[in-house]
Amino acid sequence: MRVNEVHGEQDDSLSFPIAVVEEEGLRKEVRLDIVDRWPEVGDYIIVHAGYAIHTLDAAEAETNLNLMREMAEYVERKDI
Amino acid sequence: MLSEKISEGFRDSGLAEKLIRRIHERVDRPMRIMEVCGTHTMAIFRHGIRSLLPKNVELISGPGCPVCVTSAGDIDQIIELAEVPGIIITTFGDMLRVPGSKGKNLATARAEGARVEIVYSPTDALEIARSTDRPVVFPAIGFETTIPVIAATVIEARQRNIGNFMLLVSHKVVPPALNVLLNDPELALDGLLCPGHVSAIIGEQAYAPFAEKYHVPCVIAGFEPLDILSSILMLACQIRDGKALVENSYNRVVSKEGNPRAREMIEKAFEPCDAQWRGLGEIPGSGLKLRAEFINHDAARSFGLGPVFVPEPAGCRCGEILTGKVIPPECPLFNTRCTPTSPVGPCMVSSEGTCAAYSKYGDL
Repeated sequence: MRVNEVHGEQDDSLSFPIAVVEEEGLRKEVRLDIVDRWPEVGDYIIVHAGYAIHTLDAAEAETNLNLMREMAEYVERKDI
Repeated sequence: MLSEKISEGFRDSGLAEKLIRRIHERVDRPMRIMEVCGTHTMAIFRHGIRSLLPKNVELISGPGCPVCVTSAGDIDQIIELAEVPGIIITTFGDMLRVPGSKGKNLATARAEGARVEIVYSPTDALEIARSTDRPVVFPAIGFETTIPVIAATVIEARQRNIGNFMLLVSHKVVPPALNVLLNDPELALDGLLCPGHVSAIIGEQAYAPFAEKYHVPCVIAGFEPLDILSSILMLACQIRDGKALVENSYNRVVSKEGNPRAREMIEKAFEPCDAQWRGLGEIPGSGLKLRAEFINHDAARSFGLGPVFVPEPAGCRCGEILTGKVIPPECPLFNTRCTPTSPVGPCMVSSEGTCAAYSKYGDL
């Protein structure tokens, strides 16, 4: 889900921080208490049961996809 | 769920075709690969991946559906608690129709007057608890992806002094179950397709001891078609070359160290204990219980519940299905007495259950 807003402080355990996200036109609030990297507006987050568990950006997804393109294109790779 | 925009690239049919060709080139012997995670089982069926693989690649579904591995005794306790006047049960939707041993489930208990609320997040359960003086019990069922979420909620309940929010804890952690599976000579697994979101929490590092001790390749996979195909290709290469490494084809989400913040949250609220798994029996250190400082939020303690042994429903082979010993069509109840609309065993109920996958998609 794409992050549109971030509210609260990362290191304040009493603030119960949230991100406002959007997916297919739906806006909802997601808790950030256990997210691995503090998200910025425009990042994407993996959400489980109302809590973000991981933040990534489009470049990280592209890097991952490139790995798969390499695997698909190359007949042999020594490292796989 | 990740954005459609990001996910689209990982569904590229042209790339999928090439990966399938690469898999066919590399598979030169029978390969038994277990997909540990129930979400993978569903994704494999949904994308028809079994039918695209060489005939000698066998994908075996593992015990990666938290509802399915919850013991019959624990399910009975949840239903019995729902029937206690005054208690409000709050639960994820997939628990509603899981049958107890006495022919009841939470849906029938609700029809008979019990208050059972479906929630999307445990924080919704906390909000219900804030609005009432009645005990609000959340059955805490889940693996490492769900556990930190529930840990964060019970920590919040303690901080905000919401004393009527309680957990009935049946959490399970995945690595001890892998030990049992990899020790089983009957299974003789050649490779593990490791869970995506559990691994986002525990990290690549968690599989290194298994790869080393059992000389079994472990590849962490995401849930899109390219994620699964590239992971099977990585496993096929390792198996062919006699390697046993931990590899990660889901590196946009899973890192080497995982999510230490989430693990810290688990540590704060829970401590390890032994746990009873449907199909695998009791596994030392595979469960979690609330730490002493959260004891007021422990429904088992508050309502005097202890471990109970309840036999599996007669004829149900969920236990063997969860350990990859049999496939659902080998169960005499499958699609006869046990169907998605009238399930006997949990594997037919859960959206991540192997029987539900076979019933929905056939033997694809």
